[in-house]
Amino acid sequence: MGNVILDVADLHIEFHDHDKPETVVEDFDLMLEEGEIVGIVGESGSGKSMSALAIAGLLKRHALTKKGRIMFNGTDLLTCSRKELRSYQGDEISMIFQEPMTSLNPVKKIGWQVEESLRIHHKDIDKKERKRRAIEMLTAVGMHDPEKLYEKYPHELSGGMRQRVMIAAAMIGEPRILIADEPTTALDVTIQAQIVELLRKMNREKGTAIIFISHDLSLIRQICKRVIVMQSGNIVETGYVEDIFRHPKMSYTRKLIAAIPQIDLS
Amino acid sequence: MKKFFSLFKKNKATGERNTFLLLGVIITGFILLMVIVGLFYTPYNPTKMDASAKLQGISFKHIMGTDNMGRDVFSRVMYGSRITVAIATFTILIGAGIGTIIGALTGYFGGIGDEITMRIIDAMLAFPSLLLSLVFVSLFGTGTYQVAIALGISFIPSFARIVRGEFLRCKNMDYVEVARLQGASNIRIIFVHILPNTVGVLLSSVMIGFNNAVLAEAGLSFLGIGAQPPHASLGKMLSDAQGYLFNRPSYVMSIGLVIVLMVLGFSFLGEGIKRIKN
Amino acid sequence: MRYILKKVLSMVLTLFVVSLCVFLAFSLIPGDPVTRMFGTEATPELIAQYREKLGFNDPLLVRYFRWFFAFLQGDMGTSYDYKMPVAGMLAEKIPITLTLAVMSFVIMVIISIPLGIYTAKYENGIIDHVISVINQIMMAVPPFFSGILLTFFFGVILKIFTPGGFVSYTKDLEGFLKYLILPAFAIALPKAAMATKLLRGSVIEEAGKDYTRTAYSRGNTTNAVLYLHVLKNAMIPVITFMGMALADMVAGSIVIEQVFGIPGVSRILLSSINNRDYPVVEAIIMGIAIMVLVINLLVDIIYRIIDPRIEVEE
Repeated sequence: MGNVILDVADLHIEFHDHDKPETVVEDFDLMLEEGEIVGIVGESGSGKSMSALAIAGLLKRHALTKKGRIMFNGTDLLTCSRKELRSYQGDEISMIFQEPMTSLNPVKKIGWQVEESLRIHHKDIDKKERKRRAIEMLTAVGMHDPEKLYEKYPHELSGGMRQRVMIAAAMIGEPRILIADEPTTALDVTIQAQIVELLRKMNREKGTAIIFISHDLSLIRQICKRVIVMQSGNIVETGYVEDIFRHPKMSYTRKLIAAIPQIDLS
Repeated sequence: MKKFFSLFKKNKATGERNTFLLLGVIITGFILLMVIVGLFYTPYNPTKMDASAKLQGISFKHIMGTDNMGRDVFSRVMYGSRITVAIATFTILIGAGIGTIIGALTGYFGGIGDEITMRIIDAMLAFPSLLLSLVFVSLFGTGTYQVAIALGISFIPSFARIVRGEFLRCKNMDYVEVARLQGASNIRIIFVHILPNTVGVLLSSVMIGFNNAVLAEAGLSFLGIGAQPPHASLGKMLSDAQGYLFNRPSYVMSIGLVIVLMVLGFSFLGEGIKRIKN
Repeated sequence: MRYILKKVLSMVLTLFVVSLCVFLAFSLIPGDPVTRMFGTEATPELIAQYREKLGFNDPLLVRYFRWFFAFLQGDMGTSYDYKMPVAGMLAEKIPITLTLAVMSFVIMVIISIPLGIYTAKYENGIIDHVISVINQIMMAVPPFFSGILLTFFFGVILKIFTPGGFVSYTKDLEGFLKYLILPAFAIALPKAAMATKLLRGSVIEEAGKDYTRTAYSRGNTTNAVLYLHVLKNAMIPVITFMGMALADMVAGSIVIEQVFGIPGVSRILLSSINNRDYPVVEAIIMGIAIMVLVINLLVDIIYRIIDPRIEVEE
């Protein structure tokens, strides 16, 4: 058993956009150990993305209530000041998203966006060093000709390349936790495998713990040891991926397994 | 009718009242009432001068005072609004009418004719509308009818562009294909099948266009090249009144206010209708 | 570079088309220009002699090219009424009208950008609501009436402005600029209202996009997200509008010059329209046309600098 770096307990999220409050996440618990990859799986609307956004501190402040606690580094991210939360975002806790096509700023150069976390959190690092690290990071995520890429804009890149850029930008501050919210859903199958492999490499080399969110249980099986299964805002099952595959307790989990094409099960 | 009134009630889902629509209906209704009543009755004869009652202030007798020749300003405003509304309506009829036909034909048939027409229309649209109307006025000469035609022509490009866009969007839709397979002629497809589907977009452009027409007419008349006597429009009256700003401010202000209300009413109405759709 | 070249070429082409349209329109108007020039003194012999001398018997296209190239060299023809070169008549007036238009533009930018950002940032706040009502009213007040209102307020009530107290820039530059402030506001206010509304909407739309969430996830403050990420994207549609507004302001100056008694291009243009002094009208229209085209070119270039996607979409 390694050190627990993130401890989420009794997380409740409620939306107040309409007259009746709507509960989107209920009794969510998660313990993340150093260097571990945990999966969260569920259909769309199961609350998995909401939980992830809450951990990353990205749920907007108005029109919703949050209860429970998200302990990181001895601080509760739910109740701490905006300023303290920001000091972790992008530095200790990073996030990558489902839509690489729209998650990058269209009018800013790739280099500028990859370096951003360093610029915000490590003001002591000068421009030259920032660029050196950005190029190093772009190389690490498998980009060819990073010097040239540094000066390019997002629209000149394919979806898979943009997701690699997103990963480079998320990893440049060497965070302790990376939250990957459906990072491969919008990509082709072959690119999907490359991105998963890349994430695994980051985890192995930098020791970053990853929360990997997907609706695809076979993908989770490739990368995670432990998994949390969610349905309509609740955790329905949790444990080792292999156990769950062999002895799914809930019919919902069986349904998710059945949704996987047969080749993966053989 | 009941449905009409329910538009002004608070929306149950959002708890918001459509204030824009309410204000738009009230203001526009007031202006239209003034124009329509003005056709049959004005408190005084708008052209009757009275040397003993020059430049009077606001009173029960003259609710907007009198002008430098002793004429009742309110009666003149009723008359002038009619001229302004008439020219704006005529402008929109020409602009929207011809613009729609050009837009429909170019959008539907495409090709080199479309290419050339759009080049010219884009060039025209790049120019300030005021300048465009000035060009046409200088070509046709000054005069009430000339100005109405000049304004109408300068409104054609924007309508043509909007309708063309709608036709480009609609011409490959299934219902058009079906009509084509059934052997409908191009003219029939254009006017019977596609045109009715552009009414919504056209209507909101007409609302905006009417406002611009009122402002453009007022601007040209203010410059003395709009409607010519005896057709005194609001813009001309305002420019006449400007000289008496220091002796009798209420004279200028009341005329200006009517122009502002006319435009404001329509823009509120447009905004209100936009919010119903949302 | 190829993009800019393409835009310049397209501008030259448009200029060509516009000038041809203007020339043809004014050539086809009924009425003989030579007869018009001599007025009542005209005799058939004199007219025939001058028609030949001034080249009015040449084919239309020949006359067009002669006129066009002379225009490019600064020869804008001779006024029928004043019998003097149009270029000379306009030389002193153009700086006045241009100064007024540029001042209005600067005022619009100074008002609308901070207000647009503020109202978007505090969307649905009290100030946002107040500004949106004021905007709606501003857009409905025609510039000539707001000019009168400003004159009334600053001239009659506050007495810090003297209507009709225009001084030429050659005599007193400071007094000249001071006098133009109110007229410039009258032109700028409705445009500033529209620009504020547009920028507000644009910022709100951009702020809802995915890349802002990415920016927050890296630890940016709200202001950093707004100014470093959102603003540049949000400005793209606003720049188009502002380019069109500048062109409109040049034309709008014509009306406002009348309200404030400013001896700019307006007076000459109006009297020449009324007196059918076509060389003058033609010259002014061509002058404004060239200005509009240059503004459009500048907008395209700024666009290219701000939005890297343009070249690909072309």
